[in-house]
Amino acid sequence: MSEYAIEMKNITKTFPGVVANDKVTLQVRKQEIHALLGENGAGKSTLMSILFGSYIADSGEILLDGEPVEIKNPNVATSLGIGMVHQHFKLVQNFTVTENIVLGMEPVKGRVLDLKSASKRVAELSKQYGLQVDPDALIEDISVGQQQRVEILKTLYRNANIIIFDEPTAVLTPQEIDELMEILKALRAEGKTIVLITHKLREIKEVSDRCTVLRRGTYIGTVNVSDVSEQELAEMMVGRAVKFEIEKPEKLPGEVMLSLQHLEVKDENGAVKIKDLNLDIHDGEIVGVAGVDGNGQSELLGAITGLLPLSGGSIILDGEHIEQLSIRERIEKGLGYIPEDRRKYGVVGEFSIAENSAIKSYYKSPFRKKFGILDFEAMKKEAEHLIDQFDIRSAEGPVTKAGSLSGGNQQKVIVAREISLSPKVLVVAQPTRGLDVGAIEYIRKRIIDERMKGRAILLVSLELDEIMNLCDRIATISKGSIVAVNKQHEVTEREIGMMMAGSHKEAQA
Amino acid sequence: MKLSRERLIQSDGAVSVLVVFLGFLVGTILIALVGKNPLNMYKAILQALSGYNIDNGKMNIRYIAETINYSVPFILCGLSMGFANRVGLFNIGGEGQYIMGMTIAQMVALLGPQVQGLHWVLAILCAIIIGSLWGGLVGVLKAKYEVSEVVSTIMLNYIALYLSRIITLQMPGATTYKTANFPETALITNDFFTKVTNYSLLNNGIFMMIIAVIVFWFIMEKTSLGFGMRATGFNKEAARASGIPVVKSIALSMAIAGAFAGLAGGIVALGSFKYGRVLSGMDNYGFDGIAVALVGNSTALGTALAGLLFGMLKNAQALMQSKQIPKEITFIIQGMIVIFIALRSALILYQQYLDKKKLQKEVGVK
Repeated sequence: MSEYAIEMKNITKTFPGVVANDKVTLQVRKQEIHALLGENGAGKSTLMSILFGSYIADSGEILLDGEPVEIKNPNVATSLGIGMVHQHFKLVQNFTVTENIVLGMEPVKGRVLDLKSASKRVAELSKQYGLQVDPDALIEDISVGQQQRVEILKTLYRNANIIIFDEPTAVLTPQEIDELMEILKALRAEGKTIVLITHKLREIKEVSDRCTVLRRGTYIGTVNVSDVSEQELAEMMVGRAVKFEIEKPEKLPGEVMLSLQHLEVKDENGAVKIKDLNLDIHDGEIVGVAGVDGNGQSELLGAITGLLPLSGGSIILDGEHIEQLSIRERIEKGLGYIPEDRRKYGVVGEFSIAENSAIKSYYKSPFRKKFGILDFEAMKKEAEHLIDQFDIRSAEGPVTKAGSLSGGNQQKVIVAREISLSPKVLVVAQPTRGLDVGAIEYIRKRIIDERMKGRAILLVSLELDEIMNLCDRIATISKGSIVAVNKQHEVTEREIGMMMAGSHKEAQA
Repeated sequence: MKLSRERLIQSDGAVSVLVVFLGFLVGTILIALVGKNPLNMYKAILQALSGYNIDNGKMNIRYIAETINYSVPFILCGLSMGFANRVGLFNIGGEGQYIMGMTIAQMVALLGPQVQGLHWVLAILCAIIIGSLWGGLVGVLKAKYEVSEVVSTIMLNYIALYLSRIITLQMPGATTYKTANFPETALITNDFFTKVTNYSLLNNGIFMMIIAVIVFWFIMEKTSLGFGMRATGFNKEAARASGIPVVKSIALSMAIAGAFAGLAGGIVALGSFKYGRVLSGMDNYGFDGIAVALVGNSTALGTALAGLLFGMLKNAQALMQSKQIPKEITFIIQGMIVIFIALRSALILYQQYLDKKKLQKEVGVK
């Protein structure tokens, strides 16, 4: 018998262009919750995909309970008692909970599917581990938190002793996160070994026993969580001192700059995604929209920017109706937009930094000369200016293709472009998603700077931390409507979480 | 050495050259396999390119002129495909646009005012306009109603073919395969070329083709319109979010693409033939234009060079047959070139594989 349930020794895995894991070692004790901490791209998911058999390591060995094993594919992992709860659930929407759980290893009586006994076993398991979920409900009818439980039950049904959780809290409300923490503790108490992939320090402090930190594909160290502070963990993760709090000087908001009145948006099938949504944003303030993913945030962004058609209501920017205007006309009226999906909506990858910087203003002076001829030199000059000003790191300066930049630098190109256009209103969606800590700090600082300049800023984010830190007022969105607007210091994360989940509370501000 | 291979794979132009080379290599092997002498193919190609007949030492400039003349419609149809391709569309309708341009040019040639210097200009202009309408229609359907341009262009190709027959059969002196001869004022023949090149068919179309190549390059690479179109072609969503009128870009790009193909039809009608043709099948310049644009990477210069290559192969066909080489080998070479172009992504994968190996070596994996 070995002390460790899992030992991964000197694991190296390369992809074209990157070393995802460079001689990484991970030792997980039996019956512990072991956190795997690192920034985006640190190699956490790669390491766990190797353990689960989705990838094969280039070198290194894996021992389970002291025995060397070769995990060629996820089926081998499953038979060895390893289960994985993916960040994006792998569930069939119009199947029941039980059907999803047994999928791939359906119990049969003779030649007939025996769902009854399966359903019974699912009910037993959910009782044993405190995973309340109706075995006969359809996946599409249950909440995201419950869907996650189905994923956990799937691993338990396959007799997993080791369960890997990949960023399990990313899609949950604060209440659901609390419940998940309890579930993790219950699983540990029942003898399971748990690996928790995360970059959220608070969760690690709350439930984990030990924590292994990775940085840029290399092993940094393993610590007892009770021996270290969040600050120390953060420094291990990033490799330098980090500031948690954002400096945000006081500023009194001014006039209403953007007013959303009775907005209604329908999707292609005519289903109402946003109904009677009202919100005012003043200049010099940041208003955050908090909500669980899929409650109308993308539709709201689409309606304001003009990417999606509005089926009712008005959008008033600095006293002018813009809901009938084209996207370009809205930009000209002073609407800036930092999109959620930067590769899809923010930059043209095959265009240079210069061209991307000019993509919203190329058709005007100083870029457009007589007969529609473009002055590419002027674009390069302007881009050089922005590269300096916004500290954009590139291989070849203004002519570098945007697609070859890192995510953080791509985001800087977008932020630089939007800010350089001096918008009256800046709509910002998930500005720091997938960025490293340095870039996150920088982008947030720039957003605050814009507030100090007196711009009106609407921030839509799924990271409640980000909203709590940056915003002056917080609007909570649920099922396509704003359910409450609160001043930042008058509300707690818990209260917002309650409202996000749909429990009603009257607007206070 | 390593750097140069990376550069090669990343450079579109270099890949095209490599691919053409591979196409010829396969062609050479095939000829050898069927027991013929591959050298004869290269003799024919040399003659098509330089006019020099290596077997009897005679020089005839006519062959060069014919190579160029054959390449004019290839290049123009290549520009048609290429222009739409740069905006993210697949214009299979070059053939239909070409047929419509040809049909209208024939019609104007037979019925238009026989005024020196005006007649042919009018015919060519009409060819350009009908081509751009034929293409623009597809663009509008695509932009406004999201009708797949692939489907609508294929359908319009057939409509163009049969419409052309209906129209041309009504022309003066129409028989089942031809109309009356065009009046002199409608022709774009160039007496100087005819004399210098031993009565080749080379005509003023070459000048129009050169202008078209320049117009393509200018619009695409230099203007505000082209900037919006290229952005649309690379990333439609980002272009739209940035305020670029992508609907307009798409519709307009198809109209411009159609204009190139329509011009090709007009030039072939008035330059290579002296009478209107009642088409019994398609000329296939529009389809070959797809391959031309692919080899030319949808750039102005690349398409011009690729079009010359295709024109040369077409001209070499007759010469090959006279040397007992089956002319079909040129189609095989063209086909191989297109297949190798499509395999480009395999080259990129190969490069990634090499990079990975190198990286593994660096971090010490055995």
